[in-house]
Amino acid sequence: MELLDLSFFTSAIRMITPILLAALGGALCARVGIFNVGLEGLILAGAFSAIVGNYFSGNVLVAVLVGALGSVLVSLLFGMAAIRFKANPIVAGIAINFLVLGLTTFGLRAIFNVKGAFYDKNMEGLPKLDIPVIEGIPVVGNLLSGHSPLVYIAFLAAIVLYIFFYRTVTGFRVLAVGKNEAAARSLGLKVTLLQYGAIVVCGILCGLAGAQLSLGQVTMFTEGMTAGRGFIALVAMMLGQSHPIGIVGSSLLFGLMDALSIRLQGFSMPTQFTAMLPYIITIIAMFFLKDRGADSQLSGQQSSR
Amino acid sequence: MTYVLEMKDMSKKYGDFLANDTISIHLKKGEVLAIVGENGAGKTTLMRMLYGLEQPTSGEIVLNGKTVKFSGPHDAIENGIGMVHQHFMLFSDFSVTENIVIGHEPKQNGFFNRKAAAEKVKELSEHYKINVNPLKTAGDCSIGEQQRIEILKVLYQGADIIILDEPTAVLTPLEIEELLKTIQFLAEQGKSIILITHKLPEVMKVADQITVLRNGKVTGNVLTQNTDVEQLATMMVGRELQKLTDRIQLDGDPLLVVENLTIGGKNAKPILDQLSLTIHRGEIVGIAGVSGNGQSELIQAITGLRKIDSGSVHLGDTIFSGKTVAYRRNAGLAHIPEDRYLWGAAKEAAVEETGLMGYYRKRNFNQSSFIKLNSFRKLVRGWIDRFEIKTPSLDEKSGNLSGGNLQKLIVARELGFETDFLIAAEPTRGVDIGAMEYIHEAIIEKRNNGDGILLVSSELSEILTLSDRIAVMYEGKIVDILNRNEATEERLSVLMAGGNENEASTKTTTTA
Repeated sequence: MELLDLSFFTSAIRMITPILLAALGGALCARVGIFNVGLEGLILAGAFSAIVGNYFSGNVLVAVLVGALGSVLVSLLFGMAAIRFKANPIVAGIAINFLVLGLTTFGLRAIFNVKGAFYDKNMEGLPKLDIPVIEGIPVVGNLLSGHSPLVYIAFLAAIVLYIFFYRTVTGFRVLAVGKNEAAARSLGLKVTLLQYGAIVVCGILCGLAGAQLSLGQVTMFTEGMTAGRGFIALVAMMLGQSHPIGIVGSSLLFGLMDALSIRLQGFSMPTQFTAMLPYIITIIAMFFLKDRGADSQLSGQQSSR
Repeated sequence: MTYVLEMKDMSKKYGDFLANDTISIHLKKGEVLAIVGENGAGKTTLMRMLYGLEQPTSGEIVLNGKTVKFSGPHDAIENGIGMVHQHFMLFSDFSVTENIVIGHEPKQNGFFNRKAAAEKVKELSEHYKINVNPLKTAGDCSIGEQQRIEILKVLYQGADIIILDEPTAVLTPLEIEELLKTIQFLAEQGKSIILITHKLPEVMKVADQITVLRNGKVTGNVLTQNTDVEQLATMMVGRELQKLTDRIQLDGDPLLVVENLTIGGKNAKPILDQLSLTIHRGEIVGIAGVSGNGQSELIQAITGLRKIDSGSVHLGDTIFSGKTVAYRRNAGLAHIPEDRYLWGAAKEAAVEETGLMGYYRKRNFNQSSFIKLNSFRKLVRGWIDRFEIKTPSLDEKSGNLSGGNLQKLIVARELGFETDFLIAAEPTRGVDIGAMEYIHEAIIEKRNNGDGILLVSSELSEILTLSDRIAVMYEGKIVDILNRNEATEERLSVLMAGGNENEASTKTTTTA
């Protein structure tokens, strides 16, 4: 087995998806001035809800929708805490992460009566989409075709978000809220509404990320199956400076590292060691970050009082 | 019924505190109404109610003959009321155009038409003769330019009544001239303008009608032609202003000696360029200059807040270079910082704690590292009495004090160190006349005691009132030092703009 063959890159693209989706969701929150540390919990909620939806409906589309809904509900809880009750978003986000970890573990027991992991061979995973023309091209076809729909949705979401931020009026106002909330309020912009909007869409994106995790490759749910992907998404978001295209780039980097860590295990590298790779990259990435990211001038803005 | 706006018997209570007590104002089309008063007189509260940011406890707002109620700024903007805030509400990363059109963006199917927006801004800018570059990033604009963005934004929103909250506080003398012209022009175009300020000469120049507030009440409503600065000041402060104590002629020894101080800049141009300056005992040296010419860096270099590249600073026999801030302060330096929120106080800390800064180390207030709060509180209460600092209690958050009161607290604290040398940077920025009087008096008194003072101020009038000698800074150098009796506002203005003395005389004759 070669280190970097075609299947390595196809698996990398698959790995990217949940990170990219969640990072885009996080970027939306960051753009309205809320630093969402709860991505990990939101993905996990999505993954679990998707399995629940799948088990009870037997329909993959319904499963994905239930996944998104589950994540949105948790996201709204976070939004309530951060916006309505003005809790520190970092603390609220961490609380969300632990809450969801506990809830899903409990849910496994309560709903499926299992511990650790749930798997049912009757459950159907996400279909593989073969893209008509591209499919036929050698190499490129193998690389780009035959992924789950969510993979394509993730990249599409990045493009849509880019257009939203930089071409539409609502997107422009979203950016404004994140840059200077006091000023946005003084202009009479509907700041709270925009913030909740971002929170909901972030929930949907994280729900899709979770669905990709639990339904994309093997159709199963394990406790804490996100394994830090939410945090990697957070770093991807910061490294990409909350810019959709930047996030695609940084997510690619982390997806590649994820795939590489798995691939290296085939070269008799200890699993425990290779599993560190994405995190080492994360730390290195931090050196280049410094205080970048979606910076807000909040601290510099005095209220009009 | 010719008034475009009437506010009748407006009252606002915060808990037990009556911030506005049955205040009434009225405004005609094309009229400039100035609302003057000291800090905490209730000007801002009144305007916040008009702009929908606060709900009145009682009273009514009548706009074009109809009673209106605003639940937020959105309503006020809809009804043609615009506000230029004292602290600009700008998005520094956005372009000038974006900052102006935000909230009412030209759009096609939800897409932001930036090209059309830039066009509109250009038209607007030409129509009202307010000059901006639509494509520049707002953060790169000068303060004056940023204010023009704010005014255009309000005009773009379709405001017929424009509130300007302390618009001249941050401007240079030339920018102020320009702003006053703009205000007059806008009034001629039929806009009604409410100008909130405590700078009376400007009011006299531009206002048609003046309403004076004190302690939440109206103490006077006069037409500009029927009044003068003295009368207004008396109505504002509630008493006649006193003359400053006479200065005693002192010929003291050199105290602070700065030699060849250099700080390199990011570009080739140094921030401070071989700057030398001596301040004697019993002398106030004022530094005049357009802000950003190295004044801040000079202060930071003297106080030890910033590293210098070469040169030396002495205070008496003590060498300052390379020493810590604490060392310098111990050696006899006190510092009223230019930005009271950044350097001077901790917004979240109690009034008492802000006062304590720097004192906790002193023998009298420190017993084996425990702070002797009781003896300290006595001192702070003394300051509060002497400077009439308005605070509900010693435990109040410093950030909740009005700017002027916090400034008085900082001034009291720094004077309380009783050091030989004081740096007073913008000691009266955003401070009302009454407080300014106290602060100026205290500075003169310190000078008469034989201490040395370095005064940095963007207010030329303040420099001229207080200084014995005036050093003009331009691009990191001291271009000239004038004696008290030979300095005039005109001469200083020209020097500050980088012109030399000869040009000064020709320029004054041509403008005259």
